[in-house]
Amino acid sequence: MAHKVAGQKSGNAAASSTAAASSLSLATVLHNFQVDYQKNTPKRLKMVDAYLLYILLTGVIQFAYCCLVGTFPFNSFLSGFISTVGCFVLGVCIRLQANPQNKQQFDSISPERGFADFIFAHIVLHLVIVNFIG
Amino acid sequence: MPKHVSRNDSSPGPLGVKSLVIFTVLLLAWMAGFLSRLFAVIRFESIIHEFDPWFNYRSTAHMVQHGFYNFLNWFDERAWYPLGRIVGGTVYPGLMVTSGSIHYVLSLLNIPVHIRDICVFLAPIFSGLTAISTYLLTKEIWSTGAGLFAACFIAVVPGYISRSVAGSYDNEGIAIFALMFTFYLWVKSVKTGSLFWSCLTSLSYFYMVSAWGGYVYIINLIPLHVLVLLIMGRFSSRLYTAYSSFFILGLVCSMQIPFVGFQPIRTSEHMAAAGVFVLINAVAVLQHIQSRMSKSDFRSVFYAACAIAAGVVFLAVVLLTYFGFIAPWSGRFYSLWDTGYAKIHIPIIASVSEHQPTTWFSFFFDLHILIATFPAGLWYCIKHVTDERVFIVLFAVSAVYFAGVMVRLMLTLTPVVCVLSGVAFSKLFEVYLKDEAPQRSNLESSEDEEERTNKYDKAGKLRKMKHEQTANSESLGSNIRTLVILAVLMMLMMFTVHCTWVTSNAYSSPSIVLASYGQDGSRQILDDFREAYYWLSQNTPEQARVMSWWDYGYQIAGMANRTTLVDNNTWNNSHIALVGKAMSSNESAAYEIMTALDVDYVLVIFGGVIGYSGDDINKFLWMVRIAEGEHPKDIRESDYFTERGEFRVDSEGSPTLLNCLMYKLSYYRFGELKLDFRSAAGFDRTRNAVIGNKDISLTYLDEAYTTEHWLVRIYRVKKPDEFNRPQLPSLAKKRKIKSSKKDLERDINRKKRGAIRNRPVVVKGQRPKTKAT
Repeated sequence: MAHKVAGQKSGNAAASSTAAASSLSLATVLHNFQVDYQKNTPKRLKMVDAYLLYILLTGVIQFAYCCLVGTFPFNSFLSGFISTVGCFVLGVCIRLQANPQNKQQFDSISPERGFADFIFAHIVLHLVIVNFIG
Repeated sequence: MPKHVSRNDSSPGPLGVKSLVIFTVLLLAWMAGFLSRLFAVIRFESIIHEFDPWFNYRSTAHMVQHGFYNFLNWFDERAWYPLGRIVGGTVYPGLMVTSGSIHYVLSLLNIPVHIRDICVFLAPIFSGLTAISTYLLTKEIWSTGAGLFAACFIAVVPGYISRSVAGSYDNEGIAIFALMFTFYLWVKSVKTGSLFWSCLTSLSYFYMVSAWGGYVYIINLIPLHVLVLLIMGRFSSRLYTAYSSFFILGLVCSMQIPFVGFQPIRTSEHMAAAGVFVLINAVAVLQHIQSRMSKSDFRSVFYAACAIAAGVVFLAVVLLTYFGFIAPWSGRFYSLWDTGYAKIHIPIIASVSEHQPTTWFSFFFDLHILIATFPAGLWYCIKHVTDERVFIVLFAVSAVYFAGVMVRLMLTLTPVVCVLSGVAFSKLFEVYLKDEAPQRSNLESSEDEEERTNKYDKAGKLRKMKHEQTANSESLGSNIRTLVILAVLMMLMMFTVHCTWVTSNAYSSPSIVLASYGQDGSRQILDDFREAYYWLSQNTPEQARVMSWWDYGYQIAGMANRTTLVDNNTWNNSHIALVGKAMSSNESAAYEIMTALDVDYVLVIFGGVIGYSGDDINKFLWMVRIAEGEHPKDIRESDYFTERGEFRVDSEGSPTLLNCLMYKLSYYRFGELKLDFRSAAGFDRTRNAVIGNKDISLTYLDEAYTTEHWLVRIYRVKKPDEFNRPQLPSLAKKRKIKSSKKDLERDINRKKRGAIRNRPVVVKGQRPKTKAT
């Protein structure tokens, strides 16, 4: 389901186990993956994937920061991190809805409607986050 | 009776007629629900009931008066003396905010309504909203007809009325609405996969969090639904969209309530949701990879990875709990799994009557015919299973379990019983009301949405119709149909009668005003509680501290506006145990505790004169148990029983009991009282015994006030200079005056002076004054 980029990142472990299981070399699998991705993904989805990658990196930085420095204003750290996770999840959702392969699952939702929902969800999320950040 | 109308709409008609019928039925259901909750107001008056509602009312009034932010920062020094209570941080503010904003809107519209009336009528009004959201939920799960049935049921069913009569201004009144509405939105968002609906779900969940501690049920039930769907192999992108966005928004929303705080990421109750969130993300990633590289052996890898992910999440939670990052489950939750837990470890939870296990009787009493029909609805839902029906099945199963554990959780069972009974009845009427439709039987499709909304209830019709056709000829069929329909209508009518009867007899007494019926049927109002509280508010100094058992804390604070030591927000067990110890020790030991706690007055509830069973002597063993939990050296429960292990108040009772403070305060001067000509003096009507200790004298306390039917007795704690002093003539005189009833202003003066701790001056200055009064 998800976005390729996340798939590449967090799927590394899974991909490697897959490779081990089917006795394919990891490099081949990843290469196939990439070729397949470049060929079969619409440009729109690639943009969403770039956005997701950016958020993922932000989340990783935040997590590293909290491990190194600590979580002192806990609600601030928490709201920052939840905001990242929330953006990521919402991004994944809109990617799912925009993916033409999922058309029959989301037949009642046009891309425009999906984007409006996305914005609505972001408004809710960030109003709450701003309230929480202290 | 709205049920007749709901039957009509199963005949197909133009859209306008159909929506008119729906509208009418829902309106009638709302009105029927509202009106049947008004018994208490009509019989008594527009008054707040019971215990907790008094606190809610008091804080609502505080909020309306001082504004929302002052309410959130409110430190109540009148409760839990000398500790105080941070009300804003220890309360679910949803109820107060709801009625406060209704009050605000009405006053903007220049409609002057007292906040008390809004509080009294809030629960009945919300019952109508509950009916509507139940209709919506059932419509999503089954059909419009079933939804109308469910709405009619929930409007009048006693299991829900018990918590939402007019005047019972409690969290549950609005929380059941929030619960049903959240579930409706959840089902809707699973069906559509739209971000919009899942945002609304989390907003509604936020409202629920702000209203009731039962939100934990939602945050466990929805992940359970997702988990079961994953196990059933029903994962879909819609499910991912619905759950992941609901989880993250709901998480951050729920942390906005000060009382909840960081609990959603710290306590075990909430960890299931986080675990399922991680799991569904892992499944999503795997599925994505699977769609990219279609290996034949991917499936086994997929399941292995799922299992590993679940195991890792579980281990992480266990380890985090072990190392103290996540708080383990709280006592109330343990008592849900192990019903004996609370009785052994936390007597304060077990002491509340609504935390007891449910009896079989109360299932029928609260749900009547619905308890018999709801398994049928459950069966239909299991038989024609879809994503959302899995949800209602899980809801039903878990709610049945919880309702069996605690009487109070009957409340969460009631809505799902209404939903499933609605399904069952709508199914039944559809089979027996439709005259000819056998040729359509092979059109059945349980998945197709649109067809079902046009000619709903197609699912499963096939079987019944065939059965009927093969078994019966046409004429017999119509006879049977009529018979069945009449019988079912009879049952529904009896259900309505039962509901009204239960509401009127069992759930509509305010419990602070009692009514008793004489032999000729005349009604007597016993208003002793308010009499006593009013006396307190008028005749005691503003800062007086009143000690009572915790049940009456909220009422004393709300009605008498006096400082209490413990109240119904039982957050501090050791403080309660201290009060319990004072009540169960002898007078001099109790006096030490009372001086340590600065107690001025002691209030006990005594039902022996009128035969009121909920009084303090009947609750006394719980005081002993709670006190024993904290002070096992001083208080032992076995001391209060006779040698044969009985708890009796007559002359055979244990001497410890006959000399403890609670006993003395309850029965002081009672030995002289002859209730009627047949019974002996000092005959306790509640326990049907002549009391064992008839000449009770009090050294350290003084009877201050006893209400008309002796229901509430108030005692004043003497100051150290009032007893064990040499009997100086002036002091003796003073004491004599004191025992008369109008020593009020003097009382106030002395108390203020007492704070100066300068006794010679005090006595000097006081003497002319006492003479003047």
